[in-house]
Amino acid sequence: MNGQVVNKVSTRGRSRRRSRLSGIAVIMLALVAVGSLYTAVAAPSSAQESEPANQSMKVQEGRDLFLSGCSTCHGLNLAGGAGGPSLIGVGASSVIFQVESGRMPLAAGVQQAPRKDVRYTTEQIDALAAYIDSNGGGPSLPSGSLTDGDLQLGGALFRTNCASCHNFAGSGGALTYGKYAPELEQASARVIYTAMQSGPESMPRYGDNQLTVEEKKAITRYVRYITEAEDVGGAGLGRYGPLTEGLVAWVVGVVALVALTLWIGARA
Amino acid sequence: MSVLEKGADTTAGWFDDRLGGAGYIRKSLNKVFPDHWSFMLGEIALYSFIILLLTGTYLSFFYTPSLTEVVYDGSYIPLKGVTMSQAYESTLNISFDVRGGLIMRQIHHWAALLFMAAIVVHLARVFFTGAFRKPRELNWVIGTLLLVMGIVEGFAGYSLPDDLLSGTGARIANGIALSIPVIGSWAAFLVFGGEYPGTAILDRLYALHIFVVPLLILGLITFHMLMVWYQKHTQFAGPGRTEHNVVGSRLFPGYAAKAGGFFFLVFAVLAALGGLAQINPVWLYGPYNPSQVSAGSQPDWYVGFLDGSTRLMPPWEISGFGYTVPLSVLIPTVVLPGVLFTLLGLYPWIEARISKDKGYHNLLDRPRDKPVRTAIGAMTITFYVVLMIAGGNDVIASVFHLSINTMTWVLRIGLFVLPPVVYFLTKRACLSLQRSDQELIHHGIETGTIRRLPNGEFVEETVPLPEVYQVGMTGVEAEPLDAGPETPAPVGPGYEQPQLAQAPDRDGFFSSRRKREKVPVESDAPALEQTGSRKV
Repeated sequence: MNGQVVNKVSTRGRSRRRSRLSGIAVIMLALVAVGSLYTAVAAPSSAQESEPANQSMKVQEGRDLFLSGCSTCHGLNLAGGAGGPSLIGVGASSVIFQVESGRMPLAAGVQQAPRKDVRYTTEQIDALAAYIDSNGGGPSLPSGSLTDGDLQLGGALFRTNCASCHNFAGSGGALTYGKYAPELEQASARVIYTAMQSGPESMPRYGDNQLTVEEKKAITRYVRYITEAEDVGGAGLGRYGPLTEGLVAWVVGVVALVALTLWIGARA
Repeated sequence: MSVLEKGADTTAGWFDDRLGGAGYIRKSLNKVFPDHWSFMLGEIALYSFIILLLTGTYLSFFYTPSLTEVVYDGSYIPLKGVTMSQAYESTLNISFDVRGGLIMRQIHHWAALLFMAAIVVHLARVFFTGAFRKPRELNWVIGTLLLVMGIVEGFAGYSLPDDLLSGTGARIANGIALSIPVIGSWAAFLVFGGEYPGTAILDRLYALHIFVVPLLILGLITFHMLMVWYQKHTQFAGPGRTEHNVVGSRLFPGYAAKAGGFFFLVFAVLAALGGLAQINPVWLYGPYNPSQVSAGSQPDWYVGFLDGSTRLMPPWEISGFGYTVPLSVLIPTVVLPGVLFTLLGLYPWIEARISKDKGYHNLLDRPRDKPVRTAIGAMTITFYVVLMIAGGNDVIASVFHLSINTMTWVLRIGLFVLPPVVYFLTKRACLSLQRSDQELIHHGIETGTIRRLPNGEFVEETVPLPEVYQVGMTGVEAEPLDAGPETPAPVGPGYEQPQLAQAPDRDGFFSSRRKREKVPVESDAPALEQTGSRKV
């Protein structure tokens, strides 16, 4: 189309060409004027309008981080690849859980991704999450505080849904073939919440239909509460239950008492 | 005579005039106990039991054995407003709202663990020294019953708080009862008063825990100690000690002071544990709910071996005629403990039968002198420890990042391979120790002095082992080392074995002691002569 127009113009002579150029100049001027005017007049609403721009910058930043740090395994277009699953549609929650707990980037192909030192700042993690979220959506963190749920409800839900693997106090437990439910003291509220949302590895996924947002927040609060609470009865012995208690009874109690027996037995 | 002494004298006289018994008390206070530290291990159990009675009484003031549902309104915030049983509520109140309640609960629980541990340590001492032999077989049986009663008592107490852990334990007990063929269902319904969990079990366990079983234990302890009193305590061989006397300190004041002081030491250790180490944080477990279970739910250590046997047992079952016998539960939790405790209780007779030793024994064996018995003991302990490790396999796998499946297989194989290996190693170790004793006796103690003989030969000088050690090692007293060649044994009926003054010391299955009488020092044993003055 454009080529044909240009051809027509070229056949009609110089004066017409000049008038056309001047027309473009006028339009350009008009555009600049309107644009400046718009910017000047619509200044109050500019913050709102810049959000998508920020978001797209965040997505762009996330994309850069993804390409440099994650794409080797997850593929340049998120479709997965050597050793890494596709990330299309996993949502922001998965990213926050995996990266903020230090599990990703993965050091080596192991039975279960271990916690490591976190490689990214919270801003970078959010950028990565925004990038992943922009490709297929998926679960993401709810607004508001994650730890203002109902503590007592959280306890009951924790004992029903979580304690069977993570133990009554969140000290962790064994699963099959070297897999394990990790202890929860190191898990931040964001990690706890997103773990329930994304169901990583052997863990079941608790969508909003299984546990509502309020229920997940309640569990998050309970886990933070008990893992931060000090042991009122003395040394906690790892909160592993009767096993460590029995060990202490023998290693500390029996050894101390036999030593005392030797001591008092030696006094004739 | 001071005023105080005069007063005591008058009071004692007043009682003696009315009740008599001065002679008996005088005799009793003069009773002699042999001195050896290992004879006091049983006392740890006794004192733990006394502390259990004291702390348990305090706890019973505040505990309510009821499954009636209430809404918690105490100090522990994460459970405020939660519906729970009165039993659990009262346990929480003891922990958070009763003055001194938590430390009493914790001392009580630690005392329970150490009561059982002390019983096992004491049992091991009695076993390895042969103190169970005639005439003390009955007291061995009483001790075995005390061990079993302790387990029952501990299990009942474990179930009382009605937290998630204790409920899980009761659930398993119910399953064990159900696994018994033919009578299983009836037994479970009888014990639980109907379908699990019902509402009756807690009252029943409470009655058992605070009345029936403690009374049985108290009665058995009384018999246990009366028999020690009546039969007198065994003693190790030593100068002046024979099968017919007891050498040691008198009950009063020496032994009484020791034992009294020891009580306070045991109390101190238990109080320190109760105050410094948290045990069974019931508030973290939450109220019992049959739909919930925690990872790492374990019994207390003394039941751990049964948990372990269950975890190692393959999932076998027999079905037929519409019935199923779950061997995976029946064998590890009913058959295994039944066999183990029966063998334990009958051990004195088993050993007497095999070793053909029907004699009285008041002198103890040193473990190395009975290599087979010691090896059997070590083998049994190995078997038990493998089961106990298996009982905690999930926590161990989780903490040390092991595969629970691999661990289960390693322990399954270990359960059958390790005990024979340990048996063999222990027996060899005992025989080696015997040899080293023999060398000490015959070769003497090395002085470190090397003497050069005129012919240029170097010899090491030794001094003879002091007699007190020789007697302790051999059980034979005042027999000169250089007794010279053995007098020829009389020949004829009844003279096949050399008759010794001590216990039968023949080379039987249980006693492979090398008879020192048969190894003369200098006459016809060139090998030993060489050790007598060893060439350097």
